[in-house]
Amino acid sequence: MDASSIVDTLTAAVPGASYEVGQSVDFATIYVPAASLLDTCRALLEAPSLRFNVLIEVTAADYLPREPRFEVVYHLLSIPNRQRLRLKVRVASNEIDGVVPTVQSVWPAAGWPEREVWDMFGIVFAGHGDLRRLLMPEDWDGHPARKDYPVQIRKAAQTYEPLEVSEDEFKANIERDRMKRAH
Amino acid sequence: MAELRTETMTVNMGPQHPSTHGVLRLVLELDGETIKSCMPTIGYLHTGIEKTAEQKKWQQVVPLVERMDYLAAQSNSLAYVLSVEKLLGLEMPQRVKDIRVLIAELQRIASHLVWIGTHAMEIGAVSMLFYAIRERELLLNINELVAGFRFFPSYFRVGGLREDLPRGFHEAVNAFLDRFPAKIDEFEGLLTKNDMFTRRTQGVGVITPEEALAWGLVGPIARGSGSDYDVRRYFPYCGYETYDFKVPTATEGDVFARYRVRVEEMRQSVKIARQAIQRISPSGAWACDDPRVVPPPKDKVYTEMEALIQHFLIYSQGFTVPAGEAYVPIEGPRGEHGTYVVSDGTNRPWRVKMRAPSLMAIQALPRVVQNGMIADVIAVIGSTDVVMGDCDR
Repeated sequence: MDASSIVDTLTAAVPGASYEVGQSVDFATIYVPAASLLDTCRALLEAPSLRFNVLIEVTAADYLPREPRFEVVYHLLSIPNRQRLRLKVRVASNEIDGVVPTVQSVWPAAGWPEREVWDMFGIVFAGHGDLRRLLMPEDWDGHPARKDYPVQIRKAAQTYEPLEVSEDEFKANIERDRMKRAH
Repeated sequence: MAELRTETMTVNMGPQHPSTHGVLRLVLELDGETIKSCMPTIGYLHTGIEKTAEQKKWQQVVPLVERMDYLAAQSNSLAYVLSVEKLLGLEMPQRVKDIRVLIAELQRIASHLVWIGTHAMEIGAVSMLFYAIRERELLLNINELVAGFRFFPSYFRVGGLREDLPRGFHEAVNAFLDRFPAKIDEFEGLLTKNDMFTRRTQGVGVITPEEALAWGLVGPIARGSGSDYDVRRYFPYCGYETYDFKVPTATEGDVFARYRVRVEEMRQSVKIARQAIQRISPSGAWACDDPRVVPPPKDKVYTEMEALIQHFLIYSQGFTVPAGEAYVPIEGPRGEHGTYVVSDGTNRPWRVKMRAPSLMAIQALPRVVQNGMIADVIAVIGSTDVVMGDCDR
């Protein structure tokens, strides 16, 4: 199934959405507006001729200085139809904050890859609920995979500050522990 | 009488726990020995390889991606070079494809050997590790023979291979392939009917087929749950469609099913490798004939002006790749590997992203271990065969 016939099926299933066929050398690529992403993904999973039942990965690319600056990329796989698809969502730099919805309700596997995209690019997925740092330390500043983020950077990790306990506190701790075990 | 205390206990497992395959940290909430919740923390091995790759020339990325999944280095580089070659539109000679198939299958065996050794050791069969590592040593020797480097040979290059096969390659591979099937029988003799091993693994960490696909665990994990999806069958690359092999599956979805699938995969890899080594002539083409990418032979560099210029260009500026993007999946030892590469038409990649099967496996881990016993966590982690270098990149 080529990209244009997938778009035809999708246009029938999702009213009001406008798709655009992207150029590719490997498999079908479709641009989806962020507003209709969730409905599109549901249709991709459920329509009998599509059945994209595996989310292979979610990633992004930063095309600085072009605008819209980011593209979020979803690689999908349909095992029943032996078909692959690349979905792309354009994200302008003023849209990074909660414009793209999370697709966890369609494919639960999206949880961590979306966290990674936020960690690396700073794109907030609306309704994700668990956007914490995945690969970088919790207290890291900035989003390292962006093109304007410097490559060589030296920064001391602040997560591992030495534990400072006075002698009284230390003794009180031991005593509390002993009392706890006595009961 | 003191009141009975019933609060749950929180245990921090890792990041230096020996059974977590590297540096994986799990915060477990326990009720007695039953797991109420599990929260994995990853990122301890994050080295920014994808960001670093954007600063390198296309060919220089090969050694970098090999260091992601350090137990299956050549699967990573195969995924990378296939994607770049897709963008360049290169078609490899048949001999190169066969050598790549052979080396990828040997890499799969080497990775599965580390898996079977550590997995069995962690659930009590310590001697398995030594049997498995002994066989892996022979595969590392083959790597050394081919490229002079045991773990990260960087033998696959964009446009072909680094150089032709060395003398003695066929003998070394054939000696290994003759010896190894009997060794798999030996491993199975130690484990498959071992009462302690089966009790630790049967019915433990069950993943249903629907869960496996919903969580993106395509690979040996999904095949242990009844899926027959194998990239080599569904989307053949490097001519896998011409090889005769079976895709082993199991339906139980537990730790033991994943064990059986991987052991059978090793047998099938031997079968593929035997067919491949018969097709490979001792000498012949080892790269495609595209002068943009492949440097000219040394004797021409010293005698012909054009060859000298081409040599200089390739080694100083590298080659450019047409603008576009590609993702070519391969079946790695841990599941579907693939590199999403984006080119802006220059001599350096714009974006390189490796699909990490281990990341998906660890993401699904809390679901799998929930309401199980704490000792089963070790068995489940072992059976998903995660490599933290692959997960954290």
